[in-house]
Amino acid sequence: MTLGAGTEATFATTAVFWITAASTIIAALAVVQLRNLFRASLFLVVSLVGVAAMFILLRAEFLAVVQILIYVGAVSVLIIFAVLMTRDVTDGSPSNRLRLPAGVLALLFLACSVFVILNTDWALLEDRLPADSASKQLVDLSGNAIGADRAAAVEQEVVEVYSNTVPRVAGLLLSDYVLAFEAASVLLLAALIGAIALVRER
Amino acid sequence: MCSEPTGGILDFCSVYRLSAGLLPSGAEWAAFALAAVFLAFIVINGVVAVTAGYTWFERRVIGRFQARIGPNRWGPFGLLQPLADVVKLMTKEDLVPEEADRPVFNLAPVVLLVPALAVVAFIPLGENSFLGRVNVGVLFILGITGLNTFGIFMGGWASRNKYALLGAMRGVAMLISYEVPMALALAGVVLTAGSMALSGIAEAQAVPFALVQPLGFLVFMIAASAEMSRAPFDMIEAESELGSGYHTEYSGMKFAVFQLAEFMAPVVNSVIATVLFLGGAEDVGPIPGQVAFVAKVFLLVFFLLWVRTTWPRLRVDQIMAFAWKGLLALALVNTFAVATEMWLLLGADAQLETRDLWIMTAANWVVAIAAVVVVANLMGQRKIRPEAPVPSPLAKMAAEAD
Repeated sequence: MTLGAGTEATFATTAVFWITAASTIIAALAVVQLRNLFRASLFLVVSLVGVAAMFILLRAEFLAVVQILIYVGAVSVLIIFAVLMTRDVTDGSPSNRLRLPAGVLALLFLACSVFVILNTDWALLEDRLPADSASKQLVDLSGNAIGADRAAAVEQEVVEVYSNTVPRVAGLLLSDYVLAFEAASVLLLAALIGAIALVRER
Repeated sequence: MCSEPTGGILDFCSVYRLSAGLLPSGAEWAAFALAAVFLAFIVINGVVAVTAGYTWFERRVIGRFQARIGPNRWGPFGLLQPLADVVKLMTKEDLVPEEADRPVFNLAPVVLLVPALAVVAFIPLGENSFLGRVNVGVLFILGITGLNTFGIFMGGWASRNKYALLGAMRGVAMLISYEVPMALALAGVVLTAGSMALSGIAEAQAVPFALVQPLGFLVFMIAASAEMSRAPFDMIEAESELGSGYHTEYSGMKFAVFQLAEFMAPVVNSVIATVLFLGGAEDVGPIPGQVAFVAKVFLLVFFLLWVRTTWPRLRVDQIMAFAWKGLLALALVNTFAVATEMWLLLGADAQLETRDLWIMTAANWVVAIAAVVVVANLMGQRKIRPEAPVPSPLAKMAAEAD
């Protein structure tokens, strides 16, 4: 996988990638290692912003912005709110009997992630384009061989995909993945009504 | 990248080509970094300079509103007052409370300032300028402005001061509440423009969206002035109740940075509103776009000041109720009206004509006035009834003594 291949800024992109990756992982480690809960939740924010930066490097601006809006702007604020309501914030949480199940769950999640990562086709669109005009064999998005005359058309498609991701995401959400979209909407609505029912004065 | 020549003020490509010309070939990455740093330098210093000027403007205008003169001593009309303020703040002692969480305490002002600066880079001041063409500009603005919550949180928490923490808690509750109607108001704009890029939205305004969607504009301006926690929404630092809220414990340059972020907010928000609702930097007849842009921003800033000096502060519960029961309902009505109109007016080519925009304008003004009247009546019904005064024990004693 090459990041930002085809631009003059490959070195800069690679440097940014490593800096972002390192700070994301260090922040994630700090989240689990720090005793002070408030600082830990602040590091969670840093880690999530780092993931958003990763999305930008992968040219998924929409995902990056949604990551910031939802995980940083909403989820983290909620977590910090909960932390402020907790006693003994600076001492952190003492260990309890749930250690073992938590560890097993974390390992299972890690296994799932590794499986998905190894089985995903990571090739970027431009990797499927010829590196130079000498190679005659072109491959389209479905992997079928296409003629050299369509190279320009494919290149045009790549540019369009990158410059306008939002309508594509929206179109997919409301067509191919409409069931997941509707399920998430119903779940959120149920949570909303549940929250109101919980705090309502009787 | 940047192979085709582009025109325009301060777009990344022309700066990049300039710096690439200065550096030896093979150092494109350095040219890339140099161009980025140069643009960041311009954005930061430009915004800070404008904000310094704005502090003078705000104090003078508020002075006039309150029938006093305002700062008029240093320089012509007191124009050098911001300079004097900066020198004063820089020479002040930097105090940190003994109990404070030092790293968090020191970082808080920076965390509050950076989002406001980052937003400015997305403003299309002209064709191709800065990052105006990023295709998720509106969402980016929403996401980034949401980050200033953390600055307030960190400041209030790290101070180890009850008033500071109270201010921060109030502030965060308020900020996340008002983000909802703001996002919904922007949904109407995005729907009509058919683009999330700020440049696309500015270009789509054959009729300014403030006319097409008066309700959306109203909700956006109210939510924005709550987001920057200015009167009548200055719950975060209600001076009469909380000392000065989340920055009670701050002094010296850190306090100055907090103040800078606070004064920057109305300017930045007016700039955003100008792009989203008033047509941005499009030419108005013979007037060049940039001049018109500055004039519109100036008008909005003045309008915000006017509101600030005229309205008294709301109570905490009133502010939250207003966001969830009033503004949210208005924003939903606006989104629904705009979506319905788009559904009816969009032709086979999925393009809005200028004529369609005028039809929407007429319909939306009716909807806006009706919705505001209905919501105002519904919210006004529950009037605040003062509880019957408890008779003072002193009065009782006095009565017995007679």
